[in-house]
Amino acid sequence: MQYRALAIPDPRQLIYGRSPRPVRCGFDLEIGGGLVFPEVNFTLPAIEIRPDTWSEVIAQYHEMAGNILRRAVALQVPGIVLEFELLPPMTANPAWGADITRLLHQHLAEAHERHGLRSALRVTPTDIRDQVRPPVLREGAPWENLARSFELCIEAGADIVSIESVGGKELHDPGLMYADLRQIVFALGVLAPRDTAWLWDRISQMCAAEGRAIPGGDSACGFANTAMQLAHQKMLPEVLAAVVRAMSAVRSLVAFEHGAVGPSKDCAYEGPVIKAITGCPISMEGKSATCAHFSPIGNVAACVCDLWSNESVQNVRLLSGSAPEAYTELLAYDCRLMNTAASQGQAVLLRDWLSQSDEDLSPQAAVLSPAATYRIAEAIVNADTQYQRTIAAGKSAVCELRDRAGSGRLKLSAKEKQWLDRIEAELAALPGEDDLRVEMLDRCADLFAPGSYGWE
Amino acid sequence: MDQTDELYDAILSGNASTAATLAQEAIDQGADAGEIVARRMIPAMDEVGRRFECGDCYVPELLLAGRAMKAALKVVRPLLASGAAEKAGSVIIGTVQGDLHDIGKNLVTAVLEGAGFQVHDLGVDVPASRFVEAVKEKAPDIVALSALLTVTLPAMKSTLEALERAQVRDRVKVMVGGAPVTRQYAEQIGADAYSDNAFGAVKLARTLMGNL
Repeated sequence: MQYRALAIPDPRQLIYGRSPRPVRCGFDLEIGGGLVFPEVNFTLPAIEIRPDTWSEVIAQYHEMAGNILRRAVALQVPGIVLEFELLPPMTANPAWGADITRLLHQHLAEAHERHGLRSALRVTPTDIRDQVRPPVLREGAPWENLARSFELCIEAGADIVSIESVGGKELHDPGLMYADLRQIVFALGVLAPRDTAWLWDRISQMCAAEGRAIPGGDSACGFANTAMQLAHQKMLPEVLAAVVRAMSAVRSLVAFEHGAVGPSKDCAYEGPVIKAITGCPISMEGKSATCAHFSPIGNVAACVCDLWSNESVQNVRLLSGSAPEAYTELLAYDCRLMNTAASQGQAVLLRDWLSQSDEDLSPQAAVLSPAATYRIAEAIVNADTQYQRTIAAGKSAVCELRDRAGSGRLKLSAKEKQWLDRIEAELAALPGEDDLRVEMLDRCADLFAPGSYGWE
Repeated sequence: MDQTDELYDAILSGNASTAATLAQEAIDQGADAGEIVARRMIPAMDEVGRRFECGDCYVPELLLAGRAMKAALKVVRPLLASGAAEKAGSVIIGTVQGDLHDIGKNLVTAVLEGAGFQVHDLGVDVPASRFVEAVKEKAPDIVALSALLTVTLPAMKSTLEALERAQVRDRVKVMVGGAPVTRQYAEQIGADAYSDNAFGAVKLARTLMGNL
């Protein structure tokens, strides 16, 4: 199913906490039904994951879940999502990931029974299919373990499953490093959609077979967040990272065309575009994810979220308590403010403040403002193929940046302006999809395996 | 402007085919290969490195210049006097076991190659045993280890321990890097050098080669 129109036709309805297609999952939790909930993601401190350290690993997760839920109950959150992002060894050994899933599910069940805490558990296996070069995405042990990991985690109590899929990343990474827009667009607009479609058909089927877990969504983390972080470190032009962000929405949207229903993944900053198009709830992360990374989009990221996440926090000790516990509190207060504003009819006002406080200070924030989100989403649904949609999203982002820079609201250095000119010219000069595919099969033959994308 | 000045500009602007053509033209007109490298090519790379470090260009310009440098070097290298054609050194690089991140590693690889090092990239999720095998097989000067996850930091230590156990640790210098790595951690596990950025890694590699 391809989306041809926006599910949220009025920009004023593109708002945090409320989605036209809310989802109900886990322990009586409705996401997108009017409230924003914290989504707490937590991980291990420096510890090797081996059979002989496994009991310590389990003990760490037991401690983290206990601390997080105790704080959530103390702060009377109306609901909470825990996210368990598997580490690579936990996906390569699917039973390990399932063990922790089972443990976390038990914690949530007890909190629901004892305190009436509404909750859900999101489980995100690691996409381990790119261990060899070129990646073999559709067969072999990595794919089999990934698929088994989904199955076992669903059986063990996952309520929402997600992934940060990597199809196309093998071309996108070098494309970014050389700012090769043809390669970037081919990766985002041709390869990634083909892999995402194939993968999400299978993830959706696994959820349907079990009957309880819901297919959440994908993330362009390996693409657009890589670009954003490299730009943040002054390694790439910020305008390039912003254009990549907009274009990446197309490949993440494909997950929803193939069964995902939300909430999308927290690190999918392209989520607002997905929400405008699909009406499905999204998770986002921003200022309260400083435990994991810095970003120029701390406030604007919250504008239309349905879950508000900390990205990932290590189980280390702080003055207040454990870090997962501390970040639970941070998220709880963020959500409390958003929900209070909404209950008093001021959600749009708070949303606009969140956006205005960031949107003119960086290209990345500019393309995530609700207004820009809307224009990018419209550009996507008005184009036909995934390739054309990707280019349309990129052009829309260029227009957004040019308008803001032209009006003096967004300050771009001369160097950034030169890059914007170059990106605009290269987007305009892109050939048809078939011609670009022929070019890439020739020029990048050593980087990707056509069979991984369904080509002979 | 003669061909060698144009060669300097071609490398600086990252134009590989022009750089190779100009290097060939300069050779055809009797220019000394060593002079071309020393007076035009290396200064061009130094200039692009300087621009990057002071924020006047980004990684793509840097890598494209490195690519142009390699293209020109391919033309002149056969004509360099013995010894002048020696590589800056050889490096085995990889992301340690359990870690699939490779952007940082790839960047260091590209910059090292641009600086004339011969780099053998073992990829991501590389077990300690694979590093040991590669050291035995390739006899590199330097082993470079990368990690992005805090939970894979211990794999750096395990890799160093494996090199010790295999009695090859004293044959190589080991440098480490990646977001969660600190100088303190590098010292703690017995690495020879640490850098938090790709250019620092190249400087370190040059220093380590001087100390070999």
